[in-house]
Amino acid sequence: MKQGLIFLAASALAFAAAVAQAALGSAEVSDAAVLGDRLPQTLGEFGFFADAPRQVPAPGVAPYRLNVPLYSDGAEKLRFAYVPKGKRAVADGEGLLQFPIGSALIKTFAFGEGSGRRLIETRVLLHRSDGWVALPYRWNAEQTEARLALAGARLPVATPSGEELNYRIPNKNQCKECHGLNGEVTPIGPKARNLSGAWLEQMVVSGHLDAKPSGADAFPLWEARDQAEPAKAARAYLDVNCAHCHQPGATASNSGLDLRWEQTDPHSIGIFKRPVAAGRGAGGHEFSIVPGQPDDSILLYRMQSIEPGVAMPELGKGTVDADGVAAVRKWVAGMEGKR
Amino acid sequence: MFRMSAVALALASTSPLMAATHSVAPGEGAQERLQEALILAEPGDEIVLEAGRFVLMDGLSLDVDRVTLRGVGSKETVLDFTGQSDSGEGLLVTSDNVTLRDFAVENPKGDGIKSKGADGIVYQGIRVTWTGGPLSSNGAYGIYPVESTGVLIVGCEVSGASDAGIYVGQSRDITVRHSLVQYNVAGIEIENSRNAVVEENLATHNTGGILVFDLPGLPVMGGGDVVVRRNLVTENDVDNFAPPGNIVGGVKRGTGILVMANDNVLLVENVLTKNDTAQVMVVSYTLPFDDERYNPYPRNVVVAANIYEDGGSAPDLDGAEALLEAFGGALPPVLWDGLQDGDTIALSVAEGTAGWSLNLPRQGADLAEATPGPLQAPVSEVASLSQVTGAPAELEARLM
Repeated sequence: MKQGLIFLAASALAFAAAVAQAALGSAEVSDAAVLGDRLPQTLGEFGFFADAPRQVPAPGVAPYRLNVPLYSDGAEKLRFAYVPKGKRAVADGEGLLQFPIGSALIKTFAFGEGSGRRLIETRVLLHRSDGWVALPYRWNAEQTEARLALAGARLPVATPSGEELNYRIPNKNQCKECHGLNGEVTPIGPKARNLSGAWLEQMVVSGHLDAKPSGADAFPLWEARDQAEPAKAARAYLDVNCAHCHQPGATASNSGLDLRWEQTDPHSIGIFKRPVAAGRGAGGHEFSIVPGQPDDSILLYRMQSIEPGVAMPELGKGTVDADGVAAVRKWVAGMEGKR
Repeated sequence: MFRMSAVALALASTSPLMAATHSVAPGEGAQERLQEALILAEPGDEIVLEAGRFVLMDGLSLDVDRVTLRGVGSKETVLDFTGQSDSGEGLLVTSDNVTLRDFAVENPKGDGIKSKGADGIVYQGIRVTWTGGPLSSNGAYGIYPVESTGVLIVGCEVSGASDAGIYVGQSRDITVRHSLVQYNVAGIEIENSRNAVVEENLATHNTGGILVFDLPGLPVMGGGDVVVRRNLVTENDVDNFAPPGNIVGGVKRGTGILVMANDNVLLVENVLTKNDTAQVMVVSYTLPFDDERYNPYPRNVVVAANIYEDGGSAPDLDGAEALLEAFGGALPPVLWDGLQDGDTIALSVAEGTAGWSLNLPRQGADLAEATPGPLQAPVSEVASLSQVTGAPAELEARLM
């Protein structure tokens, strides 16, 4: 049902796009802006949107959702993928779709509902000939344009749960802290296991993807996590929210903690694993995960903190994700195992 | 003459033609101006931090190769992170051949300066201070290079770290020299690293002065080839203030130099005074572990000629009184846990070195199972390790 609604929403969006396009005339993505070696100063230069303030994408820019999204202080996130004309992304099993050079991934962060919705920032990942480039664009107060914010920014927002927050737009380097793997910038989100099979089929039909990958839709829909096995929901959540740093070759590789979905070694995912450089982040606990004892587990201690130096994730988190904590807590509480 | 000009030509070609100097002043908007300078720098550029206090609300990061970031002096240029609200460290460096010089970092919420996967890094004249003194709420590491090849730390100063002041982990080709570490849990720590020289430093008023550790379960394993020489390690007398759960939480107050596990370590020409548990301690990993790659025993540790004075008189050990009585008022300078890996010699010492052994029955045994006795270790005449060369010469050449 939820899926259906989403597709309804997506097609409504496509319809709106068509209308907007008719109204605005010639919305077209600028391949030169995506591929060039400049850093465009405004989001508008890319032409990703037919109507950017309303987040109506230009033709060829496909909206998508993830089954399990990354928590960003409750921000609404609007995601889009662009594959240049005549090119196709290549499916790679349940893993990351391999987007060709010239592609872009676009993600807008917003707070507030309906007419009160305020766009905060739009982050773009550009696949240029020498690799991916990550850039943050900050929306102006008038909501008419977003400008490049290389050094990031801070601005006050109210989260959906009513918390007042000094929201952090990451700087260009911080983009890489999460998107860096073996020294290169890489997309994180659009892995087949975290995408709906129907959307992937649609991408094939529209000629943007070579084939529907096996292993699509492996992650439960986050809003339906209560019906999923606790382990599945929690491991999917950790994969999406933690594993971009906590895996070999990434920012937190030296911790030895590997929270990827495909990791099966209990010690590597934290079970009876001692901290390496956690400092006071350990919170007096000995192990990342103690089966059956969420309150003795460093993992939960750090998820439940917002104090810098303790809080995990280190970036992009000003409030605790109560839903994420609950899902991981349920998994750890139900886990059996002795040292 | 021809040779000279060839050298000059080579020098000219290695110095970047377009290298620029960017100056950043403290004051309004310092966070954005400084971070933007760090992002927009080109390889070879120099960023100068003017004198004064930079009040920073978020961590900084540098990801451009061959950049020099320098201040006016470690007293004059201060990056103040007292109000920090994001990031796990004050400054993060992730690019190669970076030089950091002559500035201070104060009160970062997590680590001070972390350089990860940053090969060929030089830290010179850097100060990291938690101004409230030794508190468990301080960040873990002051200067924190990890997963790097080529690390040179010279003339630096760290105080207040709730783990290690200067911590080099999972790295190789390392020199730490002429630095002052005080009021940290561990002054200097070399962990899971190879080819390291720790020389001519002053480690005082820490819980433990200098630690050489090899731990299980890390991505980079097999620490060893470490020389600790000509350091002054004195009055390491601060109660352990590490947050519980951390491995250094087990370090005893009054430890001078501690070697845990590791292969091929030489301690020579150090001056060790007034370390009241042990001037030198050589032990196996103390906890249970589950890592087939790991060897928990010290192997080929040589405690060569060092100077020992006035130590071991107030050990931070259970049964201290009985021990002191048994040893005539002060424990001898060298403490060994008595464990070794089969026939491999764990510890050898210079002739005449006094010591004692816990004679533990097995790795992981509780201290209660110790049956203390005099040290029986072979005599070694080794005074240097030829394979231990420390940081490469090109890093030394960048020192001012």
